[in-house]
Amino acid sequence: MEVEYSKDAEMEKLLEDLKNSNVKKEDWEFHDNYKPVYSTGKGLNRKVVEEISEIKKEPDWMRRFRLKALEIFESKPVPTWGPDLSGIDWENTNYYNRPDEVNSTKWEDVPDEIKETFNKLGVPEMEQKYLAGSVAQYDSEGVYHSLKKVWEDKGVVFMDLDSALREHPDLVKDYFCKAVPATDNKFAALNGAVWSGGSFLYVPKGVQIDMPLQTYFRMNGEATGQFEHTIVVADEGSKVHYIEGCTAPRYDRNSLHSAIVEIYAKKNAHARYTSVQNWSKSVYNMPTKRAWVDENAKMEWVGGSLGSKVTMLYPSSYLRGPYATTHNLNVSLAGPGTVKDTGAKALHLAPHTSSRIIAKSISIEDGKAIYRGLLRMNKGAEHSKSHVQCDALLINDNSTSFTYPHDEIYEPTATFGHEATVGRIGTEELTYLRSRGLSEDEASSMIVLGFLDDVMKEIPMEFAVEMNRLIKLEMGKLGAVG
Amino acid sequence: MVPELKIKDLKASVEGKQILKGVNLTVKGGEMHALMGPNGAGKSTLGNVLIGHPNYEITGGSIVLDGIDLTNKTPEERARAGLFLAFQSPVAVVGVKLSTFLRTAYRQTHPEDKVTLTEFYDRMKVHMKKVGLDESFMSRSVNDGFSGGERKRFEILQMVMLRPKIIILDEIDSGLDVDALKLVADEIRDYYSENVGFLIITHYQRILKNIEPQFVHVLKDGKIVVDGDNSVSLRIEEEGYDWIKN
Ligand SMILES: Nc1ncnc2c1ncn2[C@@H]1O[C@H](COP(=O)(O)OP(=O)(O)OP(=O)(O)O)[C@@H](O)[C@H]1O
Ligand SMILES: [Mg+2]
Repeated sequence: MEVEYSKDAEMEKLLEDLKNSNVKKEDWEFHDNYKPVYSTGKGLNRKVVEEISEIKKEPDWMRRFRLKALEIFESKPVPTWGPDLSGIDWENTNYYNRPDEVNSTKWEDVPDEIKETFNKLGVPEMEQKYLAGSVAQYDSEGVYHSLKKVWEDKGVVFMDLDSALREHPDLVKDYFCKAVPATDNKFAALNGAVWSGGSFLYVPKGVQIDMPLQTYFRMNGEATGQFEHTIVVADEGSKVHYIEGCTAPRYDRNSLHSAIVEIYAKKNAHARYTSVQNWSKSVYNMPTKRAWVDENAKMEWVGGSLGSKVTMLYPSSYLRGPYATTHNLNVSLAGPGTVKDTGAKALHLAPHTSSRIIAKSISIEDGKAIYRGLLRMNKGAEHSKSHVQCDALLINDNSTSFTYPHDEIYEPTATFGHEATVGRIGTEELTYLRSRGLSEDEASSMIVLGFLDDVMKEIPMEFAVEMNRLIKLEMGKLGAVG
Repeated sequence: MVPELKIKDLKASVEGKQILKGVNLTVKGGEMHALMGPNGAGKSTLGNVLIGHPNYEITGGSIVLDGIDLTNKTPEERARAGLFLAFQSPVAVVGVKLSTFLRTAYRQTHPEDKVTLTEFYDRMKVHMKKVGLDESFMSRSVNDGFSGGERKRFEILQMVMLRPKIIILDEIDSGLDVDALKLVADEIRDYYSENVGFLIITHYQRILKNIEPQFVHVLKDGKIVVDGDNSVSLRIEEEGYDWIKN
């Protein structure tokens, strides 16, 4: 019972913190007036792709890769099995926007207006306090990167992918688009053709980094595309936690974000990838994220998804060696007029592999949250285990959530389970809590925290605070006295 | 100070339909009132209007507690002023832990009391025992998966823990087994004092036998049509409502 008390005391503290938190929407939805120094202009064709490669002075293999990817992109239809993607304005999108020549390891060198933007978002402050290293990307290019010297000395590489391609070409070539080939899907092919920026993180054998490394992506221009490509390699026996934060200001015209994230967790390695995205409601968010998990390695995906108009995201783990494990946790908020089509894929390709997937979604007004999952257990993946848990919370009568789990089980000794819950919070529930003296704020915070309770420790605090704030805004409208 | 709730010519509607058509009633500390009346008369509506349920619109009259006009106040303001309703059908709130909920509610209704978490929970356990709820309920979600009787017991637990001044119990006796009814009636009697007033909505004698109200009112078609003593409830048990003219 003592344990119980300390947990309740924690909850009380959290409620206090939330009450006092003043994260505001304007904190990230603002836009600055920085003009890109160079842009390929609207639309996409061979010439644009060649131009991007030219500007970046890339090796020939990369140029050819891009052109091949463009062909694949053009040959694949826009997927129609999921949310409506007809709002993507392919012709009027800017596929490449470069802010400036600089890509510095000093904040001072970053152009003032961009620096100001990152300052407002708290990026340099975070770096000082909590991080082993960081990369900042503005529109298409990295503008800043740094890595604490201790880790550099141990052979860790952390920089934007463009710099890595120049400084460590062979290392990059070994991993580039191995887990996510351009043929994977239309958006992966698009990324292959026009990718720019993203991070490259290499952690050598046996190196265990205790502080996280973070990249901050900021999409600033209207109707732009952001196509970063991130590669994380956790070599044998290493340990690393990589965090991504993404924001964009609010515009009327839609923007496109189509990233690739590839993670390689080698034998006995432990890789954790956290992403917190707070895109504005004009962004189509279509990344492809995949991990190769080798023998006895552990992969953890932690995702928090607040903004965007449409998100389609299914982080995948290929459990390639015996005893490989993956944990996949995703928390989504489908706000008014938005669709979150998210989920996870776990492919058990070796014996004794295990996966655990937790998906939580909150839908507000006509927001639609979909869980779409794939669980595959190959013949020979003996004694492998999987558990999938989907929890949905519906805030209004017209809020919806759907689950589409898909199982392909070919191994008789494998075991798996699915759980799904749906909770609804409406006027009756809020009134009940308020009739006992709780303010509207407290009532909604309690509901949200209660819903997130079992994953609260895993998700970053700022994310929980922002999520809570958005929901409070919506619930305020519900509980209003007539 | 002895509390006093004054309901004056209260009119209210729900979804455009007039349900309460001018209710007058005063409940003071030390008083036990019973409110009876046929199904659909507006008894639960009165309870909901008193606590400020947003689905109900007050179209006339006033609700005053200890000289403070609550007519346009929010549900939380009324709760903090000392008003409490045990709901006829308490709703489940998935994910909100019972112990945390009660503790937060107590801190809101009694900000001056610096009772520690441990003391508060110890007190809670004593009363859980009295109403017959196992301690394991502390870590369950509010009303989630509770049986009908468990919900009623939990309403009474909230009442004793939150220490309100004016209490409306809406069919607290329905769904309770014989033993539970006794436990609940004992808890109500123990809590009853000069400083609290009760309005007990019920259809049956069995709870009134345990709690003998001094006043019995009959609500019919949105108006109180009879004000009497406990003999009224006895007559209703025997003859129903036909003898009462609108
Ligand atoms: N939210 C609502 N929406 C529509 N009609 C309602 C609502 N609440 C109450 N009513 C109507 O108001 C009238 C009074 O209902 P109320 O629940 O107050 O009756 P009651 O006296 O408590 O009856 P019972 O003894 O059956 O509990 C009924 O006709 C009911 O259908
Ligand atoms: Mg009723």
